[in-house]
Amino acid sequence: MRKGLLLALLAAFGLAVTSGPTVAQTPGVTATEIKIGNTNPYSGPASAYGTIGKSLGAYFKKVNDEGGVNGRKINYISYDDSYSPPKAVEMVRKLVEQDEVAALFQTLGTPTNTAIQKYVNQQKVPHLFVATGATKWNDPKNFPWTMGWQPNYQTEGRVYAAYIMKNFPDAKIGILYQNDDYGKDYRKGMHDGLGEAAKKMIVMEQTYEVTDPTIDSQIVNLKNSGATVFFNVTIPKFAVQAIKKAHDIGWKPAHFLNNVSSSLATVLKPAGLEASKGLITALYMKEITDPQWKNDKGFQDWVAWMKKYYPEGALDDQSNAFGYTAAQAMTQVLKQCGNDLSRENIMKQAANLKNVEFPLLLPGIKVNTSPTDHAPIEQEQLAKFDGERWVLFGELLEAVKK
Amino acid sequence: MDTLIQQIVSGLATGGIYGSVALALVMIYQATEVVNYAQGEMAMFSTYLAWTLINAGVPYWLAFFATLAIAFVGGLLLERILIRPVENAPVLTIVIVCIGLLVILNSMAGWIYSYIQKPFPSPFPSKPIQLGNIYFGAHDIGALGVTLVVLAGLYVFFRFTTLGLAMRAAAQNPVSSRLCGIRVGWMLAVGWGLAALVGAVAGMMVAPIVFLDPNMMAGILIYAFASATLGGFTSPGGAVLGGLIVGVIENLVGTYVSFIGTELKLTVALALILIVLVVRPSGLFGRVAVHRV
Amino acid sequence: MPPRSWTFTVAGIGLAVALALPFFLSNFRLFQFSQVYIYAMALLGLNILTGYNGQISLGHGAFYAVGAYTTAIMIDQWNVPYGWTIPVAGLVCLVVGFLFGIPALRLEGLYLALATFALALAVPQILKYFEHWTGGSQGIVLSKPKAPWGLKLNPDQWLYFLCLGLLVLSFILASNLLRGRTGRAIVAIRDNPIAAQSMGVNTALYKSLTFGVSAAYTGVAGALSAVTVAYVAPDSFDVFRSITFLVGIVIGGLASVSGAIFGALFIQFVPNWAMDISKAAPWAIYGVFLIGFMYAMPRGIAGSIRLATVRWLRRRAEPRGSSEGSPR
Repeated sequence: MRKGLLLALLAAFGLAVTSGPTVAQTPGVTATEIKIGNTNPYSGPASAYGTIGKSLGAYFKKVNDEGGVNGRKINYISYDDSYSPPKAVEMVRKLVEQDEVAALFQTLGTPTNTAIQKYVNQQKVPHLFVATGATKWNDPKNFPWTMGWQPNYQTEGRVYAAYIMKNFPDAKIGILYQNDDYGKDYRKGMHDGLGEAAKKMIVMEQTYEVTDPTIDSQIVNLKNSGATVFFNVTIPKFAVQAIKKAHDIGWKPAHFLNNVSSSLATVLKPAGLEASKGLITALYMKEITDPQWKNDKGFQDWVAWMKKYYPEGALDDQSNAFGYTAAQAMTQVLKQCGNDLSRENIMKQAANLKNVEFPLLLPGIKVNTSPTDHAPIEQEQLAKFDGERWVLFGELLEAVKK
Repeated sequence: MDTLIQQIVSGLATGGIYGSVALALVMIYQATEVVNYAQGEMAMFSTYLAWTLINAGVPYWLAFFATLAIAFVGGLLLERILIRPVENAPVLTIVIVCIGLLVILNSMAGWIYSYIQKPFPSPFPSKPIQLGNIYFGAHDIGALGVTLVVLAGLYVFFRFTTLGLAMRAAAQNPVSSRLCGIRVGWMLAVGWGLAALVGAVAGMMVAPIVFLDPNMMAGILIYAFASATLGGFTSPGGAVLGGLIVGVIENLVGTYVSFIGTELKLTVALALILIVLVVRPSGLFGRVAVHRV
Repeated sequence: MPPRSWTFTVAGIGLAVALALPFFLSNFRLFQFSQVYIYAMALLGLNILTGYNGQISLGHGAFYAVGAYTTAIMIDQWNVPYGWTIPVAGLVCLVVGFLFGIPALRLEGLYLALATFALALAVPQILKYFEHWTGGSQGIVLSKPKAPWGLKLNPDQWLYFLCLGLLVLSFILASNLLRGRTGRAIVAIRDNPIAAQSMGVNTALYKSLTFGVSAAYTGVAGALSAVTVAYVAPDSFDVFRSITFLVGIVIGGLASVSGAIFGALFIQFVPNWAMDISKAAPWAIYGVFLIGFMYAMPRGIAGSIRLATVRWLRRRAEPRGSSEGSPR
C-alpha cells in the first residue's frame, strides 16, 4: 500500500509540473461574447433585492437581441450569495478563477462587497457599479478597481441636514434607523451635516432590527421626546409602519424619509396617502409608481421592456428600474471600450463617463466618473409628497465632497 | 405615565402576534411531541394562498375560512406523506426533514410570488381607537380577539371531544393508545392539520402588520419560541400569555433601560428564554414532566 | 464491526487523495476544499456533543463566530500572527463552551435545543453592539497569509494544507478521546444518564466538559474560516449557519467521526449543485435533497455505510444454509 501511495504522489507531481492553467490575455472575451459576473442575494434575508440581479440579466437579453455590443453578446453570469460574506467570496472567486469573467458588475450588499473588495483589487478585476449606498466605494487611491453607483447614504443624510439647518433652525430632531451599516451610514451623514449643532438638535435616536415585527414602540418614544423633525431611515416594510403609526398617534413632525423607501406603491399607499402628505425625500431616479411620469418616454420604454423581457418582475418595484439603469450604464461602458475589452480598458472606460444621461434618472442628472472620482451618480433633488405625487423642488444638489 | 401605558399597549399588540404563533408551535408539540421548524413557513404559505384568493376577488372571510380548510388538509397530508416514512427514525432525522420542508416552502413562495413585500388586508378597521392620550390599534385588538377565540376553541376541542381525547392519548402514550384502538398515525396527522390551521390564522393576523413576504415569519418565530418557552410548551394558554408578556417586557426594557435600548431587544428576548429555561424549564404555566426511571 | 485495519486503509487512501489534490485542482477548488475541511472540524465538534453525548445544540454557529472573531480581533487590534490566534481561539471557546454547559445541565432535548437556538440568534446582535472591538456591522477585513518558511506554495495551497493538517489532528484527537474511557462515559451519559451516574460517572462534569471540547473544535474551525475568507462580519454567522451545522452532522452520520467529512462535503457542495439544477428555486431542490437523503439514509451517510458494511460482513461470515446468526 505504501508503494502505491508513493507512485500516486509521483504521478501527481509529474502532472502538476507539466500542466497548469493559463489565463487568457483578455479574460472573459471572445470574438462573439463578453462574460460579465454578478452575485446577488437570491435567497436569505435580503432576497427581496434579488430582483435586481434578474433585471440586469433581462436588460442584457434586450441588448443581445438588438445585436449586442460591438458585435459581441453579453454572457451574464449571476450566482446566489444569500447575503453571506463567505458565500460571496466563494462565488466571486468562482466567477474570477473558473468562469474568468471580464468584469464584476452590480454585486450587491455592503458586507458582501467588503468581503471581496481586497481580493478583486488584488486580482485586478473591474468591480463596477456595486449595488450598495455605502460611502466607502469611492476610494480610487486604495481600491482603483472598485466603483460605486448610487448617491451614497451619507451624502443624502447631509442633504437633509443642510435643508433642516436652513428651514428648521430650532428643530428638535428624532432619528429612527436600522441597526446596521445602511442605517448607520445615513445617521452619520445627518450628524456630519449638522456638525456642532448635532448635539443640541438631536433629541432622540431609536434603532430597530430587521427581525423586529414592528417599530411601534420606537415611534411612541420618538413622539414623546418632543421631536419636531423626524429622520426616518427604514426599509419599506418599516417605513410603512412608521408613517402609519406616527399618523395614528397624532404625531406630525417634519418628516424626512430616506430614498430607499420612497416608493409610492410599496410604501406611501399602504401607509396611507393622506398620512404621507408632507413627507420629504431626496430622489435621483424617477419613481416608477409616481403618476407624474405616466407619459414620460423613458418610463414607457421601461414598461415595454419589463413586459417583453422581465414579465415576472413587478411593475411597482423600484428595484427593477434601478437594475435597468445600472445595466444601461454597464452597456455604455462596454460600448466605449470598442474592440479593446481587456480588464484594464474596461476599468479605464468605466472611469471615463462624461455627462451621460439615462432615461430613468431625474431630468438633469448626469453621470460623471474620472480616475479620481469613482462615484457615478452624485446629484439628488429634494421632493415633497403632496398626497398624489412627489413634487420636485429646489435645484439639483451636488454631493458635498469630503 | 402616558408613555408607560402606550408602551404597554403597544407591547400587548406585538405580544398578541407572538402569542398566536406560539400557540401554533405549542399545538404541534402537544399533538406530536415534535417541534416543527417548518411551522412558520407553513403559516406563511397559507397566508399566500389566502392572498391569492383575496386577489382573485373572493371576499375576506370566505377566503379566510377557505384557507383554514386548505391549511388543515395540507398539514394532514404533509404529515402522512412527508413525516410518516421517517416516523420511527431518530428525532434529529425528523428535524432535518422539517428543515427540508422549511426550505422548500420558503423557496417555492419566493419563486411563485416573488420576494417583494405585499400588503395584506385586515378585516378590522384601520382607524385607531383613542382613549385619552392612548391609541389602540383596532387590528391589534381584533387579532388578539381572534387568537383568544382559537384558543378557546382548542380548549373545548381537546377537553370535551372524543377526537381531542384520542389525540392527547396518542401523543402521550402511543403504545397504550393503539391497544385501545386509536389509530395513532392518523392522530398525528390530525395534529399536524390542526397546527397548520392555527398557524394559518396566526399568519393572516400577522401579515397586515408585518407585510406578506416569504421571510415574514423568520423574525416572529424567535419571539414565538421565547413566548412558548416562557408560558410552557405544554400549555396553549400559557403560550399566548407568554407572548403578551414577552411583547410588553421587550417594549419596556427597550424604552426604560437605556444601555440596552433598542439595539439589544432580540438579546433581551433570548436572555428571557435562557433565564426561564434555567430557573423553570417547564415555563410559567407548563406541567413539569416527570420521567419514571 | 468492521475491523480496525479497514478503517485505517480507507483513511490512508483518503489522506493520500487529499494530499494529491493541490497538484490537480485550481486555487478556487482548493479554497472550496479548505472550507470543507473547516466545516468538517466544526461538524466534528458538534457531533461530539450531539451525536456522542446526546446534547442537542442548535447554537454552534455561536462558537464558530467566537472563534472567528477571536482570531480577527487579535490580528486586527494587536497584530498577533495568525498562527497563534488559532489555539487561543480554541481555548477561548473551550472556556465559553464549558461555561455555557453549566446552566445547560438542567436542560434536555427540546429545551436545550431552544436555549442553544437562542444563543445562536443573540450572537450577531451582540457582535454588532460591541462595535469598537468587532467593527460592528462593517466587520473586520484581514489579509490572507502567505506560506511560511519560504515554502513554494501559494496562499491557497498553504491554507489548504493547514486546514487539512489541523483536520487530521482533530480527527486523531477525537478518535482517541471517544475510544477510551472518556468516550464510553460520554456515550453512556447519552444512552442512560441515570445508569451512568450510578456507575460512578460524574455526569455534570462530563457534560460540561463535552460542551467545552465540542465548542473548542468548532471555535478552531471558526478561526480558520476567518483566516481563509479573510473577513468576518455578523452576517456571516446568522442562525442559518447553526442550522446548517446540524444538517451536516445528521446527514453525515451522528456518533461518527468519519461522518464529519461526508456532512461537510454535503453542506459545501450540494447548495451549489442545487443552484446548477434550478436557477429559479435552488433551495427547494436543496430541501428535496435533504428529505431524500433522510429517507434513504436515516442514520446519515456514515451510518448507512456502517450498516451496509456490517451486513456484508455478516453475509460473508454466515456458513451456507443457516439463516439465523449465532447468538452474540
